[in-house]
Amino acid sequence: MSDTAAEVSLAKMRPPPHSTTGPAAWMRENLFSTWSNTLLTLIGLYVAYLAISGAVSWAFLNATWTGADGSACTRGSAGACWPFVQAKFSQFMYGRYPEAERWRVDLTYILALAGLVPLMMPWVRGKLYLSIYMLAIFPVLAFLLLYGGVGLEVVTTELWGGLLVTLVVASVGIAGAFPIGILLALGRRSNMPIVRWVSVGFIEFVRGVPLITVLFMASVMLPLFLPDGWTIDKLVRALIMVALFSAAYLAEVIRGGLQAIPRGQYEAADALGLRYPQKMGLIILPQALKLVIPGIVNTFIGLFKDTSLVLIIGLFDLLGIVQQNLTDSNWFSPSTAMTGYVFAGLVFWIFCFGMSRYSMFVERRLAAGERR
Amino acid sequence: MAVTTHNRPRGTVPEQPSLLYRSEVRQVIYQALLIGGLVFAGWWVVNNVAENLQRQNIASGFDFLDRTSGFDISQTLIPYSNVSTYGRAFWAGLLNTLLVAAVGIVFATIIGFIMGIARLSSNWLIARLATVYVETVRNVPLLLQLLFWYFAVLKNLPPPRQSVALTGGGFLNVRGLYLPAPVAEPGFDAVGIAFLIGIAASIGLFAWARRRQMQTGQQFPVLWSSLALIVGLPGLLHIVLGAPLSWEYPVLRGFNFQGGIVMQPEFLALLLGLSIYTASFIAEIVRAGILGVPKGQKEAARALGLSNGQMLRLVVIPQAARIIIPPLTSQYLNLTKNSSLAVAIGYPDFVSVFTGTVLNQTGQAVEVILMTMGVFLTISLLTSAFMNWFNQRMALVER
Amino acid sequence: MKQLIKLGVISALAVTVSSAALAQARTLDAVKQRGALNCAVNVGLAGFSNPDDKGNWTGMDVDYCKAIAAAVLGDPAKVKYVPTTAKERFTALQSGESDVLIRNTTWTLGRDSSLGLSFVGVNYYDGQGFLAKKALGVSSAKELNGATVCVQTGTTTELNLADFFRRSKMTYQPVVFEKAEECLQAYQAGRCDVYTTDASGLYAQRLQMQKPDEHIVLPEIISKEPLGPSVRQGDSQWFTIVKWVHYALLNAEELGVTKANIDQMMTSSNPEIRRFVGVEGDFGKGMGLENDWAVKAIKAVGNYGEIFDRNVGKGSRIKIERGLNALWTDGGIQYAPPIR
Repeated sequence: MSDTAAEVSLAKMRPPPHSTTGPAAWMRENLFSTWSNTLLTLIGLYVAYLAISGAVSWAFLNATWTGADGSACTRGSAGACWPFVQAKFSQFMYGRYPEAERWRVDLTYILALAGLVPLMMPWVRGKLYLSIYMLAIFPVLAFLLLYGGVGLEVVTTELWGGLLVTLVVASVGIAGAFPIGILLALGRRSNMPIVRWVSVGFIEFVRGVPLITVLFMASVMLPLFLPDGWTIDKLVRALIMVALFSAAYLAEVIRGGLQAIPRGQYEAADALGLRYPQKMGLIILPQALKLVIPGIVNTFIGLFKDTSLVLIIGLFDLLGIVQQNLTDSNWFSPSTAMTGYVFAGLVFWIFCFGMSRYSMFVERRLAAGERR
Repeated sequence: MAVTTHNRPRGTVPEQPSLLYRSEVRQVIYQALLIGGLVFAGWWVVNNVAENLQRQNIASGFDFLDRTSGFDISQTLIPYSNVSTYGRAFWAGLLNTLLVAAVGIVFATIIGFIMGIARLSSNWLIARLATVYVETVRNVPLLLQLLFWYFAVLKNLPPPRQSVALTGGGFLNVRGLYLPAPVAEPGFDAVGIAFLIGIAASIGLFAWARRRQMQTGQQFPVLWSSLALIVGLPGLLHIVLGAPLSWEYPVLRGFNFQGGIVMQPEFLALLLGLSIYTASFIAEIVRAGILGVPKGQKEAARALGLSNGQMLRLVVIPQAARIIIPPLTSQYLNLTKNSSLAVAIGYPDFVSVFTGTVLNQTGQAVEVILMTMGVFLTISLLTSAFMNWFNQRMALVER
Repeated sequence: MKQLIKLGVISALAVTVSSAALAQARTLDAVKQRGALNCAVNVGLAGFSNPDDKGNWTGMDVDYCKAIAAAVLGDPAKVKYVPTTAKERFTALQSGESDVLIRNTTWTLGRDSSLGLSFVGVNYYDGQGFLAKKALGVSSAKELNGATVCVQTGTTTELNLADFFRRSKMTYQPVVFEKAEECLQAYQAGRCDVYTTDASGLYAQRLQMQKPDEHIVLPEIISKEPLGPSVRQGDSQWFTIVKWVHYALLNAEELGVTKANIDQMMTSSNPEIRRFVGVEGDFGKGMGLENDWAVKAIKAVGNYGEIFDRNVGKGSRIKIERGLNALWTDGGIQYAPPIR
């Protein structure tokens, strides 16, 4: 009895409403809400299909995985030529750095990571000691390891190459740019007119010209600036110019931080009777720099990408060495160039994307701190 | 950085600090030291350069600009040949830079706006795709992208004899993109004049419509009527005069296609690289600009009964523009500066022609590099002057 | 931060001071004091100066660097190579960064007169030629009307090219690159119909192509390209040394002195050879070197003929004929003044 009654009432029930949760609802909401939206989704799907299938078949399905030279990549389909990267990998990493000495480069990387990784983690304590290590001890160690001296064989800079040069130029560039950038930023906000004009003049001049002209200047003009018989190593010249160039951009970032510090902080420091270096070094700069960490990281990303320009003045950074190896007749094939560039692009992308994620992480953390 | 002020209770005699400890005195000393240092450094450099040049018997001065260059440039906007002067090569290169920058800015803006709006799309897939584009392109060096386009992509196009024929009489091959060129025949001048008249009339119409709206509140469909004036008037005349415009089609003759408009692969690669790279930054600027307009503004516009289009045109865009335009201008400037990377792929831009070839042929590094920097500084100063003017005009008028 | 600045300054100075010379008028003293010869070479041109994967430099220009280092310092390994692009090469010499420029550089009046260089001689008589694909069906440079030509920027090649087409009343389309390897890449991709540079470079770079047989060097040589080492003006002692190392290599070939027989030659009775190896006369001392300067150079790299054969001639992959670069006794124009 009761069974039939239940059936009757069930039959009269209306269908349940569309669910508002679950994948189906999500898709309806985000992909197919209107006709035009559905059309966009279909176009998007097609584009995504083209991109993904193209990339997958080029990099995996049609790719050549083994081979001793370019002939392995010439036959058959037009996929990636991975043996090229495999064969040239150590050159891409170290350039022509002597093979027997390459452990020195690896050791430098390990020493750098040992300092950098804990420094970048906000929850690790003892930042002061880490900073001293990174700023004072590590550079000396790195210089001795990479260049040589005190018992190690000297490896002159024209043998350096590949990712090594990219990392050296980028890190020395930013490390050199930092103090200069702070001074310029302070100078630009100084109440001494001449100091201000000089800082503004320098910053605007550098920001107005392309890096490539500055590098040309380093390679063909700077040597004439020095007295007879004085010479500076080509890599060092490029490093100086890269550091000065990024200093101007960094100065503008730091200036933003200085402007964001409330006036009360300056006045409080004055009221305490602090002198200018104490006021800036102990009160203002620590706060301002912390505020602009994302901006600094972004400047560094820009600098990291710009290091590739040194190939135009004949230094072999990662891109330069890839470009040079593309002319190797043993590896000539239709897909060699594409493979080389994709590999270099991937390496650059991993570094830059990683750094930009880190900058966003810091930004969120800072924002959380502000909300308190 | 405020000057320390000495606020002492009235009546007490301030003890006079030693001269060296007074901030005004110290500031003068600091600045004098700075000037002294700079002057000395400048003198030292100039002296060294002069000495080096003189001792080694290296030519100096700007006389070389009037000498015959002796080399050719593959693409010039002004008449130039190997009997022209170095000075003319300077202008030919500069115009090539401005050309690629101008075209690049147009494309970068279009792609950038589309991508920026796509990132905010309510459609999940479209927003994701735009994000992938931005994050991929932004994090790879521009130089690498240029080399990629030039040596890995355009290099794989077919040779001239197996060109890809495009609809409308164009051809695409490894030597470039060949398009039909319009050739004006007698009578076409009239069409051009009609076009100019159309523009002038539209401007007048715009002013009149604005005044009328201010006075009476009535609107006039300015957009459509201007379009009719600018496109319709010359178009009509064109048909009436019997279409006095013919097309010159590119034809394969000898080694290459002859005739028509040629876009060299170097130009195409540079254009592609610059616009796609810069567009990824513009997309982020556009996104930030649109997100920067407070939600309340849109709600208020709706409450006033504005249509979707009116809301965008009258409320959102003017406010977003104020946020977008300053960083957008600096991206335009970046694009112009980045066009100097042409040197790596053989496009005859200013840096490649002047700082490359001319420098090498004359050996006058100091003069050439100084002139190069002067050119870029001028461009950037002009841009910032425009920016300042624009910021003043757009600044919020608080009432 | 301060430590960092200090460190930067110190490391920069370390590099600077280590290579700083005192007065340029005495390049020889500077080289001896430094214990190394700074030699500006090409960043990479097969047969002339080319680093292998392990960073060892090889080539004809490189052998000249070694010969000079051996003659001056007694050790061919004491060379610091300064790889230079076409744009940087003159500055590298002018500024003192290098002591000698041996970078397949053409000797011209303009370079002698307004760049502050002195060319010491010609170690390779070259001429500009064209490389074309056989499939193009061209057999002479006179048929190149309307062709697209790949050329390296800032070289005499670029000017000669313009002259040639103007002279022959033909048109062409130049595509200009900063580096030779870029030219080569573009030429192989079909961007250009022909590639032009010094003929030696054409032969060398043809080897870098996938199928060298598919390309031909057109018979016309459109210019004179005497390539040679150069030094800064104003140091006649150093100029003399570099010049005579070059002549010594030539004289050695003429006298039949080779890397293999140099030790027996020390006891030769031929007065010319005795003067050459320094057992007679004080010629080395006169230049500020040891008297056996030429012996050291030959021991390091062999005579001119050996250098040529090993790097670009029949002993190499490039296989260029001696042609003009044969000794004057063999129908060429390589001729050295006598040592006496």
